[in-house]
Amino acid sequence: MSDNVEKYIKRKVYKGTSSKIAQKFVDAGLEKIRACINCGTCSGSCPSGRRTAYRTRSVIRRALMGDESVLEDIDIWLCSTCYYCYERCPRNIPVTDMIIKLRNIAVEEGHILDSHFTLANDIFYQTGHGVPANGDANKKWRDLRESYGLPPLPPTVHTHPEALKECQELMKSIGFRKLMDNVEKIKAKERKEKEKAEKEEK
Amino acid sequence: MNENKKRKYAFFLGCVAPNRYPMIESSIRAVFDHLGAEILEMEGASCCPAPGVFRAFHIPTWLVIAARNITIAEELGVDIITGCNGCYGTLRDAWWELNHKPELKKMVNEHLAKVGRQYKGNIEPKHIVQALYQDMGMDYLRDFVKHRFKDLKVAVHYGCHIVKPSDKRPWGGEYECPTFLDELVEMTGAKSIDYKDKFMCCGAGGAVRTAVKEVAADFSREKLTNIRDAGADIIIDCCPFCHLQLDLGQMEANSVYGAMIGEPFKIPVIYITQLLGLSFGIDPNQLGLIKNHELAGVSPFIPIEPFMQKVKEELT
Repeated sequence: MSDNVEKYIKRKVYKGTSSKIAQKFVDAGLEKIRACINCGTCSGSCPSGRRTAYRTRSVIRRALMGDESVLEDIDIWLCSTCYYCYERCPRNIPVTDMIIKLRNIAVEEGHILDSHFTLANDIFYQTGHGVPANGDANKKWRDLRESYGLPPLPPTVHTHPEALKECQELMKSIGFRKLMDNVEKIKAKERKEKEKAEKEEK
Repeated sequence: MNENKKRKYAFFLGCVAPNRYPMIESSIRAVFDHLGAEILEMEGASCCPAPGVFRAFHIPTWLVIAARNITIAEELGVDIITGCNGCYGTLRDAWWELNHKPELKKMVNEHLAKVGRQYKGNIEPKHIVQALYQDMGMDYLRDFVKHRFKDLKVAVHYGCHIVKPSDKRPWGGEYECPTFLDELVEMTGAKSIDYKDKFMCCGAGGAVRTAVKEVAADFSREKLTNIRDAGADIIIDCCPFCHLQLDLGQMEANSVYGAMIGEPFKIPVIYITQLLGLSFGIDPNQLGLIKNHELAGVSPFIPIEPFMQKVKEELT
């Protein structure tokens, strides 16, 4: 089976693709997406799809076909990355990695939920933790640590300001700061347009 | 074991354990110390960063920050242990990528050089369960068992990233039906019970909890219903984020899906080293099993006293 997949991926195909999204997958070394036969094993294994409108098979198909509306769809943020689709795909496509990559493409275009943006921009970048224990609002958690005989803050970036600076340095260098600033700009522009449209409606 | 051969690990804390469930951190420290393994602090470590959230925003950022965390342990010259499936997912996947793709390692090191660091790839990120089960082994651990729990029915929850993606994990490709965590639980005399969809995700990961809390709570509702139907006394897990979702998530499921649930959930959620520690005869205070404060709105949200009551006799 695996030989077939290799043959399928390596077959002579038109290198370009009309799908901007599919091209980004191919550029990122995730060309295996081409081997998808839309069998639906991913959707059938998906615990999120049991309760939401998220259909892995449909998302992958839309990405392949170049339906860019998939990037704005909240569905792509409902994958809990349990990796069943990745493990069970009969074509050996790393499906979960595809979803992660698709989210990267969405964020590049400014499609990120406000709650995720706050988490990335205001919490992770500012504190170095995804779930911090510093600041006034988190006093109870520091007290809880102490009640179990631990120091109020762990020996992480929380107690090493120079280490936090180092992380921020790296995030600037790798392009995270720029990405977040760009997302903020797109979001501000969208807000303005929305306000304008609402005014005109009135 | 002589002093030269003493096991040493760099302890990667992550976020949820130290900052929301410190009893988990305490219990890991107590158990590893009790087992004769030395824990070294990873001073200045950050968020791993979380594999379903920050990796989903920008893969290169995820990789470079993960690599930085690994270099802290490389400086200490020992393998990493982490008690969190999410941190394990990130550190292990990043380690795998960097050690298999020279071009990525080169790219990451160009950035790390700017802060005076270099990723080498000469240590291994491990889960604490991996260190217990594979490095120390069941035979070594069994000698420490002091108390055996007779009538304790346990619903074991593995979580996802300790076993998947299976090609980057140390369990021989097994992901549909692993048994290592059940074996650790049953070593204490407790019974690991079967329940429907045992290996199902808790619902918190992959940025879902932050995106739509109700969806995460619905995963938990399904999982907790199956656990309750099977008659479990407690849940045992090995991930602080699953732990949060299964503990705080009971309150959320009770309030959002009350009509579907009926009698509200109140199943105590215990971390694996808390159970092992009790069985080894470690003071429950050191395992974070005794409430020692008057704080409101802190973890655990579901009282664990019924569990302590149940095992009281066996501990004396």
